[in-house]
Amino acid sequence: MALTGVEIFKLLPKTNCKKCGFPTCLAFAMKLAQRQASLDQCPDVSEEAKAKLGEASAPPIRPITLGAGDKAVKMGEETVLFRHEKKFVNPCAIALEIKDTEDASAQEAKIKAVVESEINRVGQDLRVDAIVISNDSGDAGKLEALAKLVAEKAPNTASIVNTSDSAAGAAALKAFAGKKPMLYGANASNLEAMANAAKEAGASLGVKGNGLEEVSDLTEKVKALGVEDIVIDSGATKAGEMIRDNTFVRRAALKKSFKPLGYPVINFATREDSMLETLVASVSIAKYASVVVVSSVEKWKTLALFTLRQNIYTDPQVPMQVEQKVYDIGEPAKNAPLMITTNFSLTYFIVSGEVENSKVSAKLAVMDCEGLSVLTAWAAGKFTASKIAQFIKESGVENDLDHKELIIPGYVAILSGAIEDKLEGWTVTVGPREANALPAFLKQKAAA
Amino acid sequence: MPFTPPTENYSGKVFPISIGEGDKAVSFGGENVLPFHGFEGEVPNKPLIALEIQDVPPADWPASVQEQYKDVSGDPVTWAKHCQDTLNARAIALRLVGTHPDGANRSVDDAVKTVKDVLDAISVPLIILGSNHVEKDSTVLVAVAQAAAGKPSIIGKAQEANYKTIAAAAMANNHKLIAMSELDINLSKQLNILIGQMGFAKENLITDPMASALGYGLEYTYSVMERIRLAALTQNDDTMQPPMMGDVGMYVWKTKETQAAEADLPEWGTLAERGVAWEAVTATALMVSGAELLIMRHPKAVEAVDKLIGEMEG
Repeated sequence: MALTGVEIFKLLPKTNCKKCGFPTCLAFAMKLAQRQASLDQCPDVSEEAKAKLGEASAPPIRPITLGAGDKAVKMGEETVLFRHEKKFVNPCAIALEIKDTEDASAQEAKIKAVVESEINRVGQDLRVDAIVISNDSGDAGKLEALAKLVAEKAPNTASIVNTSDSAAGAAALKAFAGKKPMLYGANASNLEAMANAAKEAGASLGVKGNGLEEVSDLTEKVKALGVEDIVIDSGATKAGEMIRDNTFVRRAALKKSFKPLGYPVINFATREDSMLETLVASVSIAKYASVVVVSSVEKWKTLALFTLRQNIYTDPQVPMQVEQKVYDIGEPAKNAPLMITTNFSLTYFIVSGEVENSKVSAKLAVMDCEGLSVLTAWAAGKFTASKIAQFIKESGVENDLDHKELIIPGYVAILSGAIEDKLEGWTVTVGPREANALPAFLKQKAAA
Repeated sequence: MPFTPPTENYSGKVFPISIGEGDKAVSFGGENVLPFHGFEGEVPNKPLIALEIQDVPPADWPASVQEQYKDVSGDPVTWAKHCQDTLNARAIALRLVGTHPDGANRSVDDAVKTVKDVLDAISVPLIILGSNHVEKDSTVLVAVAQAAAGKPSIIGKAQEANYKTIAAAAMANNHKLIAMSELDINLSKQLNILIGQMGFAKENLITDPMASALGYGLEYTYSVMERIRLAALTQNDDTMQPPMMGDVGMYVWKTKETQAAEADLPEWGTLAERGVAWEAVTATALMVSGAELLIMRHPKAVEAVDKLIGEMEG
């Protein structure tokens, strides 16, 4: 259970030596309770206190890394139930399942699809994060062959070995030596052997139980066997069961400090129907899974899942921003209208959507105002005449146009004169205040 | 350490809405827990999906959705019957987009006729939506609310700038009312209060906190919906307890992802599935965050979401 600041204080040396960087032991204790400080900042803490506090000050959901190198996946460390409270920390990994019963060409095609899955969206590189190799054949040799194939063809992708046979698992894990793979499939009947196999291979251990009660029991036992990097599966298969169990796990870990469930969660969303699988995986991404396993990674599907994951894991306290540049909407010719707005993503989406609705091709200059909307940016001195003039000049947009007319948002009509002063040769036209008036405005302008 | 399921009990609950007659009646809302949390409380109804039709042919819908309705969308009555009889829609949303002054600018009388014809042709409940032009809606929606008297429907959307006339007409003719505000929990609450002050029963309201498409601000709608629902449940705030609506299709089918050809963007995969997935994933996210009424366009997206809802129960 989490300790209060006062309980922690009782375990500290109470010397107020300030070596930890805080003025008093009590202040340090308060920071520890809020998880804003780490116990190793205190050089004089006793071993006994360390043991007690270490347990209590560990993050409620254990951080675990899957894979190695710059494509390693971080899991766990979540601190809230709802994304408006605080940013969700480590985005849910998307993993493709490959079975050792599939024929070699199908396996290779799937590996290739993972390797080639990377796309860039709003400045982030997104990809299928992991491959699950499943021992459906029950044959250790087949699993090992598949492991070698994956290790050879997708050397940088994180791997999860899915088997309940510890010997088969241990052999397959050798293909991923030094790359922090996961051994998934520990259960009540193979627990000790699986824990040993994971420990030997430096792998995390996926524990599957029949319900959360059993999972809680299994994770305690695994921990006693010396494996702490645990990922849990409650056995939920239907989407509704995933919501229930994932919610219980998150609540138990965060609100009850229930250590046996303080681990990342893996969900198998695999379905025959690829569209349904996409939706089940969407539920997992929104509702607390750290890894979601799918059976196919068509590009349309991964685009949708990557985008959802990006939306859910966006920091709610930092306005989402779009890149500063002049965007083409439709196919603007040299006489197309040029408009300017700020780079708050919602502003951009609404304005560009309405320009699209107008069916008038246009250029939209989106200026970096640290993600503020037009009025806020103006009030904060970030959307000013001189900055607008500088941006338009430096963008070089005038080379793409046969006119020098800039349309500004109606809310900053007051800037029109000042912009004309600073942007020599240009005319400034005041557009509508609200984006929904843009279609009428642009159509009228096009007709004029 | 034994595991005890950490269930939550809430003091508030979402108002249930029932609409339609006989075996065509439908209900949504009514739960006293977060979406799909039937394991710790009452979830009497599943989310309701209404198929969207228009008073004018859907020339601005992408080809892949137009195609689905190519033989029926020339006439709203044929289109409505197709949705009811062939696609088994449990509700139909008729958007009077043709009344928009910048579009076909159809008259109030034309809109009234369309609504009456569609109502006469179908037996499932109807959701009647304006063109989202605040002035025009305030005349169109008032007239159609009157024309639909005797067939209780859902009318919308009332916004801050036009709610008075629309709410009065909905109230006088026994309709449910959609109240829409722009992505802000406080604006949403304020509008519900204002409508309530007119004597409109809050049990007949539906909140539309404004939908957004996947990749285009979805996270804002998602969090506003979650916050509204938490306020309804934890604070028992009755101005936040109407069920919520997601106007999904309208926002989804204007995004680039539902229209760009695979030849231009091979890294985005096949267009047909991409469009369907975009609508279905958006709908899924909104349901998970709190929407009980979804307005959608592509039959395949609806089919997929229906299957998912089927999985949510156990």
